[in-house]
Amino acid sequence: MAVLDKVVLAHGSGGRLSRELVEQVFLKSFSNPALAPLEDAAEVKIPGATLAFTTDSYVVTPVEFPGADIGRVAVCGTVNDLAVKGARPLALSAGFILEEGFSGALLARIAASMRRAADEAGVKIVTGDTKVVERGKADGVFINTSGVGLIPKGRSLSSARVKHGDVIIVSGGLADHGVAVMNARDRLGLQGGIKSDAAPLNGLAEAVLRVRGVRAMRDITRGGLATVLNEVSGACRLTAEIEENSVPVSPATRNACALLGLDPMYVANEGKIAVFVAAAAAPAALKAMRAHRYGRGAAIVGRMLKEKKPQVRLMTSIGGSRIMLMLEGEQLPRIC
Amino acid sequence: MKNSDRFSSPLWRDRALGAAAVAEMEKLAPRAAALTGGRVNFMEVCGTHTMAIAASGMRKLFPAELKMLSGPGCPVCVTSQGDIDRVLALAEMPGVIITTFGDMLKVKGSKGLDLHAMREKGADIRVVYSPLDAVELAAAEPARQVVFIGVGFETTAPVIAGAVARAKAAGLKNFSSTAFFKLVPPALELLLSDPENRIHGFMLPGHVSAIIGLEPYRFVAEKHKVPCVVTGFEPLDILTGINMLLRQIVAGKALVEDEYFRVVRKAGNPAAQRLMAEVFTVSAASWRAIGTVPATGLEFSAAYAAFDAVRRFKIPYRDAPEPKGCLCGGILLGKALPPDCKLFGKVCTPSNAVGPCMVSSEGACAAWFKYGA
Repeated sequence: MAVLDKVVLAHGSGGRLSRELVEQVFLKSFSNPALAPLEDAAEVKIPGATLAFTTDSYVVTPVEFPGADIGRVAVCGTVNDLAVKGARPLALSAGFILEEGFSGALLARIAASMRRAADEAGVKIVTGDTKVVERGKADGVFINTSGVGLIPKGRSLSSARVKHGDVIIVSGGLADHGVAVMNARDRLGLQGGIKSDAAPLNGLAEAVLRVRGVRAMRDITRGGLATVLNEVSGACRLTAEIEENSVPVSPATRNACALLGLDPMYVANEGKIAVFVAAAAAPAALKAMRAHRYGRGAAIVGRMLKEKKPQVRLMTSIGGSRIMLMLEGEQLPRIC
Repeated sequence: MKNSDRFSSPLWRDRALGAAAVAEMEKLAPRAAALTGGRVNFMEVCGTHTMAIAASGMRKLFPAELKMLSGPGCPVCVTSQGDIDRVLALAEMPGVIITTFGDMLKVKGSKGLDLHAMREKGADIRVVYSPLDAVELAAAEPARQVVFIGVGFETTAPVIAGAVARAKAAGLKNFSSTAFFKLVPPALELLLSDPENRIHGFMLPGHVSAIIGLEPYRFVAEKHKVPCVVTGFEPLDILTGINMLLRQIVAGKALVEDEYFRVVRKAGNPAAQRLMAEVFTVSAASWRAIGTVPATGLEFSAAYAAFDAVRRFKIPYRDAPEPKGCLCGGILLGKALPPDCKLFGKVCTPSNAVGPCMVSSEGACAAWFKYGA
């Protein structure tokens, strides 16, 4: 593989280039068994227990948008990375990089929003750090959160454990977060009340894990469902076959995506998970998810299949089929 | 019907209706093909159709006798290498802010640079969703020159005409735009005047037609005896549009029909037409792979010439060669499909595109690559 020349924006898109950056630069230096699966959180064994450990940095413009703000997303994102590994969050850290001149009132609102999200998740922010940089050296506020959680004994979730015939469930309507942020950032004036879905999903994850037969869960963030399915398909070497008509997308978000030339399968979410579950347990898992406030829109969207050449395949609404690759480059708005 | 449902109701993606349309297509296609030498070639002129066909995976449902060719309808793709070089030259002007639709960022000029690369070198390049945002930016930054990169067809031209008219009304001296516009009906004439063309019907662009109406296409049916159907962009629209074309062939007719009548009016959008006629005038345009052809595009009218960016910054047009080995030209003319190109998917991918058909989200190569059509 070629040596990385320069970092480009698409390296942060969550798609194929992000993956290449990690493989070419970071895995080369950091490689170890806990890191190797490249899942949402790493498993760290200590005597008598297994911990889940994760970190994430948050950069979003504007910092407040309909439905959420950078603080809520920073807490929820890390809680969700722990939750999809089946871990109960124990504690979070929060690091802030602030640009000189950033509004104190706005910062206080962000902190209060983080507190509310943490309360909702039942976790505390127990340590933190603050750095201030000169005007122009950062964009308002950047937040890093790390989280540690406890994986209960006997629980082991991993994309590699997904089996032939397993069913894929998505917890609700896709693409709201990405569209809400884009609408606010670029003042698109899209109507329809599209709001970010940012939410802590540890409660939802616990609810579905009470059903036996859940093999893996994934947090559907940057790069969207298409990217998650490609990663899981790669890890378990099975085809993921998705029914386009079954994938939940709200009408307002679907229309916004059509207008902007975006594919909802690739747009970011901050409050949705994909659950991979044995077929026999799928009805119970779906019921458990729909009973939870953050899983009311849950739907079975497809299944995993053993095939010679594993791929991610979309069975389209009118009965055609096509492959779904990882996100290539950035999603750009189109001309007409 | 809610307004949003007119464009994108679940009905337009209904599987049972889709299956019925495909069943009809399977009956019609062999009968039509018997009249057209064994195979029926239709061209979807518009890039949005190309993308919709690929995204719906419907190519696999087509009968063997039917082939859909992509046409010269992707705004970025038809822009000549010489005009791309002019865009890059504008980006090099000191103090200029370039405003553009996102699709233009990654089209390479003849020296291998694109706007992305210019940005890394320090040029001020901003993606906007509407040219009106560029006019607002000019009003907010009176010390800077704001240039909008105007490309596209009759769909984008009225919007940009509106922005230019607003800039004039506001007395803005620091706003200008390029007018690298192309017109769809003359493009059809160009395709049909090629004696080697093998096009048996046109799926005409819904959005362009919403502006210009049906009348400008009449020559295609009357002079060239080629069936035309203005078509919408949902999967069922496209299947229906194909069946309407097949039915015309079977009946031995050549008409201009409107499948997208829920949006397109016979007379088009007269307000948009008036705005276009006020700000622009018909002119020669330089097309990728075709060259400069008289009366196939738009330039600024005399009353608005002061807003022409290439005139304001004195950027001359120079012919520039196509990228080596790139088949974009043949693909735009419906003479080749993306997999026919030796570079496709190997040297040329969306992350590292050689030609514009791989760059634009509406380009035929990008559609084939992304959706494995």
